[in-house]
Amino acid sequence: MKRSHIFLLIVIAVAIGIIVSTADDASTYVGFSEAWAMSTSGNKKEIHVVGQLKKDPNGHIIGIKEGEDKVSFSFIMVDDEGKEQQVNYNQPMPPDFTRSEKVVVIGSYKGDTFNASKIILKCPSKYQEDKITV
Amino acid sequence: MHYLVGDLGHLFVITALITALLSAFAYLKASVITDLGKREGWLWNGKVSFFIHAASVLGICIVLFVIISNHYFEYHYAYNYSDRKLPTYYLISTFWNGQEGSFLLWMFWHAILGIILIVTNKFWEAPVMTVFCLVQAFLASMILGVVIPGLEFKIGSSPFILLRDAMPEAPIFKAQPEFIPTDGQGLNPLLQNYWMVIHPPTLFLGFALTVIPFSYCIAGLWLKKFSDWIRPALPWTLVGCGVLGLGILMGGYWAYETLNFGGYWNWDPVENAVYVPWLIMVASLHTMITYKNSETALKASIILVISVFIAILYSTFLTRSGILGESSVHSFTDLGLSGQLLLYLMFFLAGAVIISIIRWKNIPSTEKEASVYSREFWIFIGATTLCLMGFQVLSGTSIPVVNAVTGWFGIDKKLAPPTDAVAFYSKFQIWFAIAVGILSAVGQFFWWKKVDRKVLMNQLFVPAIAALLVSLLVVNLLRVFNLSYALLMLAGFFTVFANGKILYGLLKASPSLSGGAIAHMGVGLMLIGIMFSAGYSKVVSLNNTGLQISKEFSDEFNRDNLMLFVHEPRTMWGFEIEYLGERFEPRHHTGFISKSDVIQTEDKNIVVAKRPMKVGSKNYDSNDTIDVHGENTYYEIELRKGNRKYRLFPRAQINPEMGGLVVSPDIYRSVSADLYTHVSSVMDPSEEHDWSELEEIKVKQEQDFFANDYVGVLESIERIHNILGVELTDQDVAVKATIRLRGEKGDYIAEPVFLIRDKMVGRIPDEVSDLGIRVTLMNIHPETNEFSLGISTRQKDWVVIKAMEKPYINVLWIGTLILMVGFGVAMSRRIREFKKMKAKGLEV
Repeated sequence: MKRSHIFLLIVIAVAIGIIVSTADDASTYVGFSEAWAMSTSGNKKEIHVVGQLKKDPNGHIIGIKEGEDKVSFSFIMVDDEGKEQQVNYNQPMPPDFTRSEKVVVIGSYKGDTFNASKIILKCPSKYQEDKITV
Repeated sequence: MHYLVGDLGHLFVITALITALLSAFAYLKASVITDLGKREGWLWNGKVSFFIHAASVLGICIVLFVIISNHYFEYHYAYNYSDRKLPTYYLISTFWNGQEGSFLLWMFWHAILGIILIVTNKFWEAPVMTVFCLVQAFLASMILGVVIPGLEFKIGSSPFILLRDAMPEAPIFKAQPEFIPTDGQGLNPLLQNYWMVIHPPTLFLGFALTVIPFSYCIAGLWLKKFSDWIRPALPWTLVGCGVLGLGILMGGYWAYETLNFGGYWNWDPVENAVYVPWLIMVASLHTMITYKNSETALKASIILVISVFIAILYSTFLTRSGILGESSVHSFTDLGLSGQLLLYLMFFLAGAVIISIIRWKNIPSTEKEASVYSREFWIFIGATTLCLMGFQVLSGTSIPVVNAVTGWFGIDKKLAPPTDAVAFYSKFQIWFAIAVGILSAVGQFFWWKKVDRKVLMNQLFVPAIAALLVSLLVVNLLRVFNLSYALLMLAGFFTVFANGKILYGLLKASPSLSGGAIAHMGVGLMLIGIMFSAGYSKVVSLNNTGLQISKEFSDEFNRDNLMLFVHEPRTMWGFEIEYLGERFEPRHHTGFISKSDVIQTEDKNIVVAKRPMKVGSKNYDSNDTIDVHGENTYYEIELRKGNRKYRLFPRAQINPEMGGLVVSPDIYRSVSADLYTHVSSVMDPSEEHDWSELEEIKVKQEQDFFANDYVGVLESIERIHNILGVELTDQDVAVKATIRLRGEKGDYIAEPVFLIRDKMVGRIPDEVSDLGIRVTLMNIHPETNEFSLGISTRQKDWVVIKAMEKPYINVLWIGTLILMVGFGVAMSRRIREFKKMKAKGLEV
């Protein structure tokens, strides 16, 4: 075997190692039921859940509660499978939170509530904005 | 309404696109035609088209800048990214705040580089400019802003779109189509920073420079001049590596100074998107140098040079298509260009791959095996390591793309990016970095084609032993008891010493060749600096009071943060630390204004001085108005040790665009470490304070009294004729008391007002927030010459801070500077070489 072949094999091995490790370390987008199942089976890895804020039939957002210290809040999120879950967030409410089309929370279950360590909002794009402060 | 200027801009955009295409076509003809006379004609056409193109691009830039600087808020771009308060230099950064402007900046650099190419290089002009102009045409289409009728397919997004066309749903435009807002939304305050004026142009110049080696490479494959393209492309690759590297480092430094994630690098997708192409570009630089010297690694060079440009296009796609929307908070908003961006990427990827495959068999390559003791062998391993380093980052960053692609095939993978990005990337990058350190030491010794084992051992012995000894010493002195960290440091020292040895030899013989040695020493120092500042970053603001800050906060927060009350010193990091109060920053000059010394007005950007004061170099009298940056509050903190005193001004900024309150650190720099301090919780300005019950006292003028344990004195009483800008009538009576309160650090003035207006009594209290005192002028007793004052007190002002020690971060900054010096030396050498060859009349 030529040296260049050995070298090539090593490079391929490292590349495969990287891909496997990436797939392994990648978090997953799951629903709350699956997240709950993972949590109770002892998997404490942080996961991503995608969903929307809970709204009443008139389209008003319901279930947002501010923490006593004003620097934390909780809300009710409905995941893509329609399951509702209370989510706690240890930081103030991000602006545009209530305008978001979609919410991604990253975190894990602690007891019955889901504790988010990070929230990413998907807001309507700037072009759809229709407010102008005169 | 200024329609003309926008129409002119639009005309320029269309001209730019058409001339880019024309130029590409003319140069294509010139490349394939063999008839010399016709060839000249096509060349001339190509050249003229490109010059018109460059002029149009300049025209677009000027028009956009005219719109911004004249505050034509009927245009979406001006309205959305600027306002009347911005100083000129930030109006310049407004230019590239939006996506359209950053495409324009990129095009602008292309236009300039294209002219340089046309002027400097005759032989390669036609084929290189064909590729170059195609790239440029795609870019121009990104800002075209034309909707194809019937298809509803939008090509590009124009920077010259009117606000009413951008927001057709806005009710105001239905009522008043001619409506023009009086002021704009303003530039995101986080971007109002000098680094944001120079970082984007540098970065985009780096982007633009990648297209030149790519164009040469494609031209070389096309004309079957497989090896000749490397010589003219190499200096451009070198410049590109330097400039792109500088751009990345500027971005890191901006993040370190302005953002609060505690460092200069966060493995955010936007950062990764420039880091990966840079790594590949550095790898390509090495293989190209190898080829120039020994005619090997030609195929590797071709693959890498193409990869660099494709990586740049891929990065552009990642950050601008909105595909990262669920994984990054920083990526640009989606302008609906994802299809067009994908086409851009695919066109050049497919084109480059196809031409490479067609020509692959004809590319000369050496059949003989590279010896283990050859320079090529080591450089090749180094380049491979850099590529794998990039590949690991790319694989993590591309997870959203993997999701999208598997989605098209009906497989829902639901993969999300790793939750702890820093840990995910670091665990691989550190080992690659160790390899890079060692390879850049060993590789440099193969300056001469072949060195045998004995010579190599002789050469490497001293640097290796020196690195080992110094590392052992540092490991024990600074307690670096972590295997990978210690190895990284060893690799860093090894490359510094080995390259230092080479540099010493070169300085005597031929200093102009020392660029490589200097650059590699810089890399070594950077590795050491990164290892210490990131690996041993330590929280020093430990809560040593034994009391929780708040039970609402997590245990971690209560442990790692320090609550400071005004004028109550604590100890931290061997310093006595004291919080002095909240400060405003004047808009037009330097200095800080104590919030206790001014009255705030309706307009958050204007305050009124309560007393004469000197701010920076400017003097203010009582009642002078001062323009301030109302969204920014600075928290003045004093550090004391012996006779030495330092002031820190960490900042909190109200910034709705970025998530409410955004904090920026202030950094105390010492030789061995930075103290990186930011506020982690502040008093809510909108929240009412809990005041104690009002205590009423009767005082005479000049009489001392006590308030919240401070001594106060009623200095004077005067009748005033307007209050906060409102003129009073003859029937009204208003009296202002001036009360001096003696604080620990100088005096404060409180000026409560007693008012009888329309026969009604009104009282306007005044507050000294540093002392937590509010004084009300309750009543006036002319019969006894006494005044009733109401005193209420509250908890003193406070701030919660977090401070981190970043040891030896200066080693990193020194390393980056040395790296840049190395690039500079290497560049000047190549430029001299180029001039010499041109003088000799060689084809360049």
